[in-house]
Amino acid sequence: MRSLALVLLLSIAGGALAIDKAAVDKLAFGDGDERIAAIGALVAEADPRAVEVLKALGEGEMQTAGKRVLIVRGELGIDAFTGEKVAPLPAEREDVVANNRLRGAIGDALAALRLLSPERAMRLAAAKELATGVDASMLPLVNKALEQETDAGIRPLLELVVASMQMKGGDKAQRLAAIRMLGESTSPNSKTLLAEAARDTDEEIRGEAQKSLRAVEGRLAWGERFGLLFAGVSLGSILLLAALGLAITYGLMGVINMAHGELIMIGAYATYVVQNLFRAYLPGAFDWYLLAAVPAAFVVSACVGMILERMVIRWLYGRPLETLLATWGISLMLIQLVRTLFGAQNVQVENPAFMSGGIQALSNVVLPWSRVMIIAFTGLVLTGTWLLLTRTRLGLFVRGVTQNRDMASCVGVPTARVDTWAFGLGSGIAGLAGCALAQLGNVGPDLGQGYIVDSFMVVVFGGVGQLAGTVYAALTLGFANKFLEAWSGAVLAKIALLVFIIIFIQRRPQGLFALKGRSVEA
Amino acid sequence: MKRRGVLKLLSMSAAIAAIGLGSSSLYAQAKTVKVGILHSLSGTMAISETVLKDTVLMAVEEINAKGGVMGYKIEPVVVDPASNWPLFAEKARQLVTQDKVAVVFGCWTSVSRKSVLPVFEELNSLLFYPVQYEGEEISKNVFYTGAAPNQQAIPAVEYLMSKDGGSAKRWVLLGTDYVYPRTTNKILRAFLKSKGVADADIMEDYTPFGHADYQTIIAKIKKFAAEGKKTAVVSTINGDSNVPFYKELGNQGLKATDVPVVAFSVGEEELRGVDTKPLVGHLAAWNYFMSIKAPANDEFIKKWGGYAKAKNIAGHKDKPLTNDPMEATYIGIYMWKQAVEKAKSFDVAKVTAAMAGQTFTAPSGITSTMDAKNHHLHKAVFIGEVKADGQFNVVWKTKGPVKAQPWSPFIAGNDKKKDEPALMAEKKK
Repeated sequence: MRSLALVLLLSIAGGALAIDKAAVDKLAFGDGDERIAAIGALVAEADPRAVEVLKALGEGEMQTAGKRVLIVRGELGIDAFTGEKVAPLPAEREDVVANNRLRGAIGDALAALRLLSPERAMRLAAAKELATGVDASMLPLVNKALEQETDAGIRPLLELVVASMQMKGGDKAQRLAAIRMLGESTSPNSKTLLAEAARDTDEEIRGEAQKSLRAVEGRLAWGERFGLLFAGVSLGSILLLAALGLAITYGLMGVINMAHGELIMIGAYATYVVQNLFRAYLPGAFDWYLLAAVPAAFVVSACVGMILERMVIRWLYGRPLETLLATWGISLMLIQLVRTLFGAQNVQVENPAFMSGGIQALSNVVLPWSRVMIIAFTGLVLTGTWLLLTRTRLGLFVRGVTQNRDMASCVGVPTARVDTWAFGLGSGIAGLAGCALAQLGNVGPDLGQGYIVDSFMVVVFGGVGQLAGTVYAALTLGFANKFLEAWSGAVLAKIALLVFIIIFIQRRPQGLFALKGRSVEA
Repeated sequence: MKRRGVLKLLSMSAAIAAIGLGSSSLYAQAKTVKVGILHSLSGTMAISETVLKDTVLMAVEEINAKGGVMGYKIEPVVVDPASNWPLFAEKARQLVTQDKVAVVFGCWTSVSRKSVLPVFEELNSLLFYPVQYEGEEISKNVFYTGAAPNQQAIPAVEYLMSKDGGSAKRWVLLGTDYVYPRTTNKILRAFLKSKGVADADIMEDYTPFGHADYQTIIAKIKKFAAEGKKTAVVSTINGDSNVPFYKELGNQGLKATDVPVVAFSVGEEELRGVDTKPLVGHLAAWNYFMSIKAPANDEFIKKWGGYAKAKNIAGHKDKPLTNDPMEATYIGIYMWKQAVEKAKSFDVAKVTAAMAGQTFTAPSGITSTMDAKNHHLHKAVFIGEVKADGQFNVVWKTKGPVKAQPWSPFIAGNDKKKDEPALMAEKKK
């Protein structure tokens, strides 16, 4: 490694040389250590072609044909050494495989090279990348970059990088300075380094390292708490989305709808179909398929729900046991129907590109875009539902019919039609939940089975007939689940939560929020 | 149309009989032997097991086209135990007693194998089990064509400990909560301890079947990895939970160069439908990868692609994928055929005896041998890294086939156990 550093230093001082054939060959044919050394040798040249060769290896575009090393992109081939076009490509080619170790080294090397780039944004990104940990062999290059750097935003980052590299080597004064420097960072990587230094044989270093470690850990702990909070909100929003439809059909209308999970599943499959249609007919706009999938999921599920209501459920109002059995039977039929149409296996719903990845909220917390968007989506659906129920004529009718059916009928509300619309609304919201869930988990015929218990739990826990109760219950259960999970593991958390709900419902059968008024007793 | 179909069928079967049997009597056409296929076609395990059913059917079609087994046409009997463990036992009994199958190919999870094991032992019937598992079992009624821990788990961990694998010092053992992950992790913990890894440097965590929310688990891994030294994750998560797990892993930006995840139950099929670009570099250990370059593999992939297209198998008709358990299934059925032909009988005892030492040129390009005694295959071990297209780059492999050690030396008391099935009949006497 030291010799590598030396090579680096020498070549940077000496300016760019021609690309090193031996290094390219070693990169393609050598064993692990030789290849790492070859990366160092190539970086040292700082030649644009050397960079290209390294990039190609990192991306898996390097191939060998006999003794020749090629860079192949699609049908286009270039000789890695001479840079000449190779056409036609030799038929017998072998991929050059880069493993994690090599890819890590290439990433570091390329980032270190970018530190010397004239563009500020590029330098900043490179410094950020290196701050997450880098091999000590890059020290001369980083030091050189630090000397040249004048930007106030990048310098501290680079100092941090140098500090973390000096932690292991360097004299005592340097190390102490490095430790103090690291104590001000928020990166999990500094914690790793400091934890190691905190076991050092030198007392002064140990003491300083422990002090810095405590400071870093304190800051990281906030990140962990925030991450847990976010996980709770995220799970809560999913539970809410799944239960919101049920809060209308079961909570307001009193229909024990065991097929609720299947309506979610149908929404997810509607999303799948829309996705496939986009892929087949509008591949250019594929990323926006969700915009069409959301209304499609709503409409399909709502239609299935209304057909269900018209054909089965309306004959069974006021007979909960029969409703339960009938809807359960329907749920099995729906599962089988989907299985026949789409196959028993899970289907794949791809995330649009903008939903992949996440926001780096804190140094140790990443908020995945998919989850952030689902939280926002849940908020929208909730607001929409609330507005619909409280601000529109349909909402007024629904509330009227659920509170006093006879009276509503007397004043001229078409109760049967209102029932159908309300059931359709609840089913449609279940479809929206399916659309959102398809972005996170698996889409298969059994999708709904996993959510039916959770949905009922949320609605019953929150108090039947209350939208607000459902919201509080979903968030409470989401938080409780995540906190228990962090503390006791996923299996125990699930059990503990079920036990808690059973005890809670025994003590307070009306749920968190009870509807006050005559309708409850009726 | 109908008559033409019948005619076609007749002439075809006559032709097949003629090829297979030469001059033997026409009665041969009617001779059939039933084999059972016991794989979940619905539920949480369907993601993995459905293709195994199709693999058996493909092999059966191939064998039948070449004249069947000893002149007997194979008639497959497919049942769906629906990822429901007691139902596995019920369906197994039905296959053996009602359908009178000569052999059963089936099971994926160890819990399903454990639930059918008493049935096969009681009825003295044969099961071919095609999936890597935790060992700790040799039954005279089962042939294990998947890997034992020393053919998958141990080499994978050794690789991660090596310089090329990233010199991992801290370990997260993550699994689904049932017998296979628990036992494998017990073995791995003992193995890691023997390599000088302290208990504080090992974290074990389990999730239920079908778990879909991996936020806390990933956060825990991140926290554990920040405590110091290079960390690696060993995942024994099974079934469709892998999709949300890998999605979360990618979204949370946990890169393979920082914390590599090596999985024992994730192959090409499980990664279908996951955006693998953020997952590049995470690993899997198997005895076969689709990306292996070997003539036998090219042929296997071509056959599967053709079969999937002809049978309109969802997903595979457009993008055929092969994986390790499919290969193991394929080896199993061909070895069974060879053993039957060697024994000249479908009798369980005779076939079992004939299985010992059977060889087959596996799609992995290696000649797999059935061990003379312990009912396990000698297989080569490959470690692959996920590529951006969902395939694997082989980054490490053993020089040749490795003999299975179903009784792991890392579990106390195993050194006294015999490397062959105990004979029940003798014991009872």
